[in-house]
Amino acid sequence: MSSRLVLKAAIGFYIALFFLYLFGPLVVMGVTAVNTPNYPQAYPFEGFTLHWFSALMGDNELVEGIKNSLIIGALVVAITVPIGLAGAIVMTQVYWRARSLYYLIVVSPVLTPGVILGISTVIFWKDLTTLTGLKTLYDGIFLATIGQATFISAYCMLVFLSRLQRFDRAQEEAALDLGASNSQVFFHILLPFLKPAILSAAVLAFLSSFENYNTTTFAILANKTLTTVLAGRVRQGTTPAISALAVIIILTTLAGAILYEVLKRREDRVKAKRAQIAAEEERGGLMVIEAAE
Amino acid sequence: MTSTVGRMLIVLLPFLVIAVFWATAVMERRIAGHPGQRGFFERNGIAISIYLLAAIGIWILLMIVLPQLYMVDYSFHPKLPAAQRGGEKDVYTLENYRYFIFGSTVRTDQFNTLHLRAFFLTIGASIFITILNFAICYPIAYYMAQVAGPARLRVLLLLLIIPYWVNEILRAFALVIIFGTSGLINTALLNLGAVSNPIDFLGHDIALYTGLSYAYLLIMVFPLFNAIESLDKNQIEAARDLGAPWWHIHLFVVMPFAKPGIASGCTLVFMLTAGALAAPLILGGPKSLWFTPIVYDRFYQAFNWNQGSAYAFVLLLACIAFVLLVLKLFKVSLGEIAR
Amino acid sequence: MSANVELDHVTIRFGSFIAVKGATLNIENGEFFSFLGPSGCGKTTILRTISGFLDPSEGAVRIGGRDMRGIGPNKRPTALIFQNLALFPLMTVAENITYGLRVRGVSREKRRRRADELLNLIALPGTGDKLVSELSGGMRQRVAIARALAVEPQVLLLDEPLSALDLKLRQHMRNELRIIQQRVGITFIYITHDQGEALTMSDRIAVMNAGVIEQVGDGRSIYDRPETAFVASFVGENNPFDGRVVAAEDGHAVVESAFGRLRGRNRGGLGVGDPAILFVRPETFSLGTGQADSTVESEVLNVAFEGNMTHLFFRGPDSKKPIVITVPRGTGASMPEQGSRTAIRFDPEEALVLPAGRLARD
Repeated sequence: MSSRLVLKAAIGFYIALFFLYLFGPLVVMGVTAVNTPNYPQAYPFEGFTLHWFSALMGDNELVEGIKNSLIIGALVVAITVPIGLAGAIVMTQVYWRARSLYYLIVVSPVLTPGVILGISTVIFWKDLTTLTGLKTLYDGIFLATIGQATFISAYCMLVFLSRLQRFDRAQEEAALDLGASNSQVFFHILLPFLKPAILSAAVLAFLSSFENYNTTTFAILANKTLTTVLAGRVRQGTTPAISALAVIIILTTLAGAILYEVLKRREDRVKAKRAQIAAEEERGGLMVIEAAE
Repeated sequence: MTSTVGRMLIVLLPFLVIAVFWATAVMERRIAGHPGQRGFFERNGIAISIYLLAAIGIWILLMIVLPQLYMVDYSFHPKLPAAQRGGEKDVYTLENYRYFIFGSTVRTDQFNTLHLRAFFLTIGASIFITILNFAICYPIAYYMAQVAGPARLRVLLLLLIIPYWVNEILRAFALVIIFGTSGLINTALLNLGAVSNPIDFLGHDIALYTGLSYAYLLIMVFPLFNAIESLDKNQIEAARDLGAPWWHIHLFVVMPFAKPGIASGCTLVFMLTAGALAAPLILGGPKSLWFTPIVYDRFYQAFNWNQGSAYAFVLLLACIAFVLLVLKLFKVSLGEIAR
Repeated sequence: MSANVELDHVTIRFGSFIAVKGATLNIENGEFFSFLGPSGCGKTTILRTISGFLDPSEGAVRIGGRDMRGIGPNKRPTALIFQNLALFPLMTVAENITYGLRVRGVSREKRRRRADELLNLIALPGTGDKLVSELSGGMRQRVAIARALAVEPQVLLLDEPLSALDLKLRQHMRNELRIIQQRVGITFIYITHDQGEALTMSDRIAVMNAGVIEQVGDGRSIYDRPETAFVASFVGENNPFDGRVVAAEDGHAVVESAFGRLRGRNRGGLGVGDPAILFVRPETFSLGTGQADSTVESEVLNVAFEGNMTHLFFRGPDSKKPIVITVPRGTGASMPEQGSRTAIRFDPEEALVLPAGRLARD
C-alpha cells in the first residue's frame, strides 16, 4: 500500500514540477512588468510600478505592428476559411485513387518548416508579379497573408473534415427530394450544420496568423507585424514595456478561457434540461396511445 | 536545357498529374457504370463547383505546389541581376550546393565547416530535444489520459494551453530574463555567493536548448494524450492483474498502442525545432550555430536568394528524411500521423 | 393529385453486381403498394430509383406516364420518407414541414398556414416552434410524413419507416398510415421486410428476392396462392416437402418425398419428373390418419401450448427443420406425447405443389 502512496506522491510532485517549468517564465515576466528598473529585471525587486503599461500606448512601432498583425489576421481568416471548407468538401468527393496524394499535398504545408513557406512564397510571387505586371501585389502584407494562408488553410480544412464526418448525408438527400436545388442544399443544410466549425476555424486561423513568426519574417519585406517588432526589440534590448504586453496577453487569454468555460457549463445545463423534457414527453405520449386503444 | 524551358516544365507538371487522374477517373466510371454516381458538377451545382475548383486550384497550385517547385528550381540557378535572368548566363548549376558543402562555388578542396557544423548540430540537437520532450511529456500525457478524472482533466488542459497563448517571442524573452548574465538565476546565484562570476547560459546554448524544449512541450503532449486516451483502460488493468510491473506495462502495452501519437509528436517537434528561427535568434549566444538563422542570413544579409533557396531545400530534405525515418521506425502511415 | 408508377424492365447494376433484374410492374394510381422481401433483395434500390437517386442501367421508370430518365430527385413528383427520417435538426418542426415550400418560394404567411393545417392532420397541433430533438420517436415519424405531404407529391415513398419503433407504436402507426393514405388519396409505395405490415396495410404486394420480383398480388393471393417456393416460405409459415413429381393430372400432382407419396394442387403446370416442393401450412394439418397420399407420420419433438392454439413440432424430412402444425383450442383432440410417433393429415386441396427453388432464410 505504501509503495502506491509513494508513487502517487512522486506523480504529484512531477506534475507540479512540470507546471512550474511551464508557468515559471511567465510569472517571472509578470514580475518584471511591474518592477521599476529600466530593463526587465525580476530579482531584486526594486519597486512596484504600472508605468510600463502606459508606456506601451505611446510606442508607435509597436502600435503599427499590432495594426498590421490585425489586418493580416483578418485577411487570413477571410481566405483560409473558404479554402479550408472547399478542401474538406473536395476531400469527401475526390476520386478515390487520388485521395492519398491529395491528402499528402494539402497537409504538407503543416509539416513544412515555416521559413520554407515564407521563402518559397516570396521567390515565386516576386517573379510572378514581375511577369504579369502586377507589381503592386508584391507587398509585405500580401505576401505574409499568402504565406500564412498556405498552412493555415490546412488547419481549417482539418477542422471542417472532422465536423463533416458527423454529417448525416441523408439530410442532403431529404432536402433534394423535397425540391431543393444544389446550392439551396449547400446554404440551407450544410452551412448551418458547419456553423460551429466555421467559428472554430475562424478563431484558429486568426490566432495562428497573429502569433506567426517564421513565415511572416521572410514574407513581410519592409513592413512589420507585432511578432517581428517584438523579435527585433528583444534582440536589441528593451524596456519592460514588452513584459507589460505579455501580461496583458496572458490576462486577456485567461479571461477568454474563463468566459468560455462558463458559457460551456451553461450550455451543458440547457442541453441536459431539454433531454429530460423530451424523455418525459415520450413516456407521456405512450400513455396517451395506450389510453386511446 | 535552358532555364525558361525548365520553368515551363515545372509549371506544367502539376497540370499533367491532375489530367492523368481525371482521365483515369472518367474511364473507370464509364467501365463500371455505377448508376448512383453523379458527376462533380451535377452533384454540387454549377456555382458551388466553380467555387470549390477555384479555391482548391488556387490553394494547391498557386500556394503549395508551384512555389515549392519554383524555389527548388531557383536553388539550381546562379545569382544574377534581373537583366541577365533568362539570358545565356542563366543555366542550371550546382554552385549553390557546392557553396554549402565546400564554402566556395568552384573549389572543392576545403569544407564549409561553419555551415556544415551548424547543419549537423541543428539536426543532432533537434533529435535530442525531441527525445527530451518525449521523456518529459509522456508521464503528463499518460496521467491526463488514463488517471485524471474529467473535472481535473479540464483544468489541466486549460493550464496547459494558457502558456501557449503567449507569443513564442515573448516566451523566449522570458527565458532571457531568467538566463541572462544579469538575469534572475545569475543574480540569485551571485547574491547567494554560490558562484563568483555569472554563468554564461546563453553562450553555452543551455538557454537555447531549454527554450526550444519549452517552446514545443505542448506539441508533444497533445498527440500523446490523444493516442493514450483511446487505449482501453481494461487492457492496462488486465496487464496489471497478470502481475506485470509498471515499467513493463508502459513499454509493452501503452507505448506500442500509442505509436501513431508518439510518431506524430516526435515528427512535429523535430520539424519545429529544426526550423526554429525565433528562439535561436533570441536565446542563442554569439557562438551558437543554428541552421535556420544561417538560411535567413543568406537571404537578408548576403542577399543571395539562390543560395538561400539551396540551404532551404537542404533543410526541407532533412525534414522529409526524418519523417520517412520515423514512419519506417514506428511502422505507421502518414495518415495516422496528421491528426 | 396522384399518379401511377410503371417499372418497365428495370435492371440496376452496380459494377458487376446486379441489384435488380428486369423488374416490370404497374402500380395503380392511388393504391397502397408494398415491396416485401428480406434485406438485400433490392427493394431499397428500387425505391431510390423511383425517387431519382439512382438511374436504372436498363429499362425505364414512368410516373404518370412521363419517363423519368434524366430527371433528378428534386424535380420528380415524389417525396421520400427515409428510414432514419432525416429530419433537419437545426430547424423547428414547422420549418421542417414547410421546407419544401420554402425552396419553392412560397411566402412566409402561406407557409405558416400550411404548417398549421398539416400539424392538425398529424394530430400534433401547436408544436410548430419546437425543435425536432424535443419530440419523441412517434411524433418525429408524423413530422416526417407531414413534411413529405406538404409538397403535395403524386407518389409518396416510404423506406421501412416503422422499423425503428417499438412494438406498440408500430401497430398504432400501421393504422395511422393507412388512414392518412385513404384521407390524402395519393399513391403510397412502401417497402418492408415485415410481412405482417405488408399484409395489413397494402392493397397489393410485390414479393422480392435477390433482385427479382417473384410475385405481385393482394394479400390473399400471396398467402393462399403463392407461385414460387420463395413466396410460399416467406409469407407466413409453411412446411416444405421436397421431392420429384411422379404423377400429374387435372390440376393435381403427386410428389415422391421423404414421407412417401403426397398429393397437392398443381397450379403451375408441373410435369412428371420435375423437381418440386409440396407445401402444407401449419393450420392445414390436423391430428389423425387420412388417405395414404395425404398423411404424414413422424416423431413428436415438442408440444407447445400457447393459449389460443398449440404448436406441435415433428421431426422433419432432413432433421434440420421440424414440421410445424397448429391445433386450435377446442377441437377436443387429445395432444400426443412427446417422443411418440403420430400421424397427421391434410386436405390435398389446401396443399400446393410448386417448382423447386430457394426457400426464405435458407
